[in-house]
Amino acid sequence: MIVDWFDTNLVSILNGFAIGSLLFILAVGLSIVFGMMDVLNLAHGALYLAGAYLGYQFAGDTSSWLGFGTALGAAALVGLLAGGVLSTMTEPLARRPHLDQALLTLGVALVVAELLAISYGNDVLRVNAPPGLNESVQVFGRTYPAYRLALIGVGLMIAIAVYVVVERTTIGALVRASVADRDMVSALGVDNRKVKLAVLGAGSALAAVAGVLGGPIYGAAPGLDETVLILALVVVVIGGLGSIKGAFIGALVIGQVESLGRALVPDLASFMLFGALALVLIVRPRGLFGAKAAG
Amino acid sequence: MSTPADAETVTTRTRPVGAAIGLLVVVGLALVPLFVAPYETTIIGRILIFALLAVSLDLLVGITGLPSLGHAAYFGIGAYTAGWLTINVTAEAPIPLLAAAGAGALAAAATGWLAVRSGGIFFLMLTLAIGELIFQLAQSWESVTGGSNGLYGIPAVQLAGSPLVLAGLRYWYVLAVFLIGYAVLRLVSASPFGAVLRGIRDNEPRMRSLGYSPFRYKLVAFVLAGAVAGLAGGLLTAQQRLVTTADLGFTTAALALLAVVIGGAGTLWGPCLGAALVVLIRDALGPRLDGHGPLVLGLVFILTVYLLPRGFAGLAGLRFRRRPAEPA
Repeated sequence: MIVDWFDTNLVSILNGFAIGSLLFILAVGLSIVFGMMDVLNLAHGALYLAGAYLGYQFAGDTSSWLGFGTALGAAALVGLLAGGVLSTMTEPLARRPHLDQALLTLGVALVVAELLAISYGNDVLRVNAPPGLNESVQVFGRTYPAYRLALIGVGLMIAIAVYVVVERTTIGALVRASVADRDMVSALGVDNRKVKLAVLGAGSALAAVAGVLGGPIYGAAPGLDETVLILALVVVVIGGLGSIKGAFIGALVIGQVESLGRALVPDLASFMLFGALALVLIVRPRGLFGAKAAG
Repeated sequence: MSTPADAETVTTRTRPVGAAIGLLVVVGLALVPLFVAPYETTIIGRILIFALLAVSLDLLVGITGLPSLGHAAYFGIGAYTAGWLTINVTAEAPIPLLAAAGAGALAAAATGWLAVRSGGIFFLMLTLAIGELIFQLAQSWESVTGGSNGLYGIPAVQLAGSPLVLAGLRYWYVLAVFLIGYAVLRLVSASPFGAVLRGIRDNEPRMRSLGYSPFRYKLVAFVLAGAVAGLAGGLLTAQQRLVTTADLGFTTAALALLAVVIGGAGTLWGPCLGAALVVLIRDALGPRLDGHGPLVLGLVFILTVYLLPRGFAGLAGLRFRRRPAEPA
């Protein structure tokens, strides 16, 4: 009985894991920046979209490892630079209400999305998976795109890498300490601005990389930035601000809601996302793993 | 954006001047169809509709201190409700509008109980998520909303049996409803209820210890703002006789917030000026830029955050700052 159910819904479940992988890569940067600096980066979705268009630029025509690798590298670089720019831009607003910083990133998001629309038009553009991954494989007797399986693996690897860096290294300790009590870290002689620059840079690079990785599934198109920003925000809210474990669990849950939920009850998909959000916030107002006071 | 308290003391202190300016503006607006071409009249009508949305948002952002990025959802729900009713039931004047306001209030109540539990940036995230979910719902519920094609072929609104087809008449209809909506929010803002909302904005723990329930007050403010946003949505339907999902999308919500911030949160009149600027850039300047008005709006947004933290109202405040401000 249960085996049958798994068999029928295997593709949806796997898709859910693939979406979850992508969402984790996207949400973890957003979550840490927010948890640490109270900076809600509304340009996060625009960075994803920029990554997706980089994927089209380098891997849009042909399927090649060189093109896809170049796109990943370029996305990481562009993301790092964009994070640096955002960090510099928000610096003069550090003493103003946090809302002002969010509004600033919202303005940046509008500008970036519009510039991308001007350069690439309004059509959905294709991003090719690298050779070897652009075909289907057999999974328990069902055909499934190899690229999505690889994406699940990449997501897990990035999750482990982020976990090790944040939980097991000195830099990570600094980041965790900043999430817990920024002023105390500052009083100990650590320059807050540098930590923020590093975290915003890394988070933005991850967002742009996620854009390339998501390219073979979602392509590159205007409006994608909003969709992924909302999903990432829901993941962050469910998981709890500044928590890597939370971002991971939240991404897995939302991945399944988006895929399995849509497959099982297509009419209620939007409600289920809201329902999941509402349920978590009623039971745990600060998210599943959130420790810090909300707002 | 910070504390709009100074601007408020300014408006109360200069009340005769403010009232005179307000009266002049209303008279000027009423004369518009007599002296302005129909196309421009329609643009000013759109400004009024967007201004009503911005003022309703200001009740949340400026007065209650709840920055919402999902307010277009209630605007859109009102627009769809009015459109559906006009097509399927009746086009007779106040009914679609009242239904739109009611639908906006209901939707705000259904989602607000969750949203107002939080505050600050957290509230911003939640309303953004809720707004997007309502947007998705509008896109997938094709039998009612027409999906991505939108709801079109909406008959002209009727006043006592005769349809308002002339641009000028429609404009006066929009202006009248705008003035009613604005007056309601002005009264709410000046009432003891409005004072409690400001108290919650400035110091929620103190208001709680004084025996007020911030949750209840915030929820009522949220529902009220949703109702007026729904009313504005009903007006939109009457004006353009077409509703698309873009009307309740993220961009509309962001532009409404931009209008509030540009104009000066908490002043109610400031967001109207902000709305005028936003609509002029989007609808009048945008077509000349190949529809890339949002680019200009994004730049305006960035500049506003840096240069005008209190919006236009802050600029007006500079002139009056000679007088010592009362302690808040």
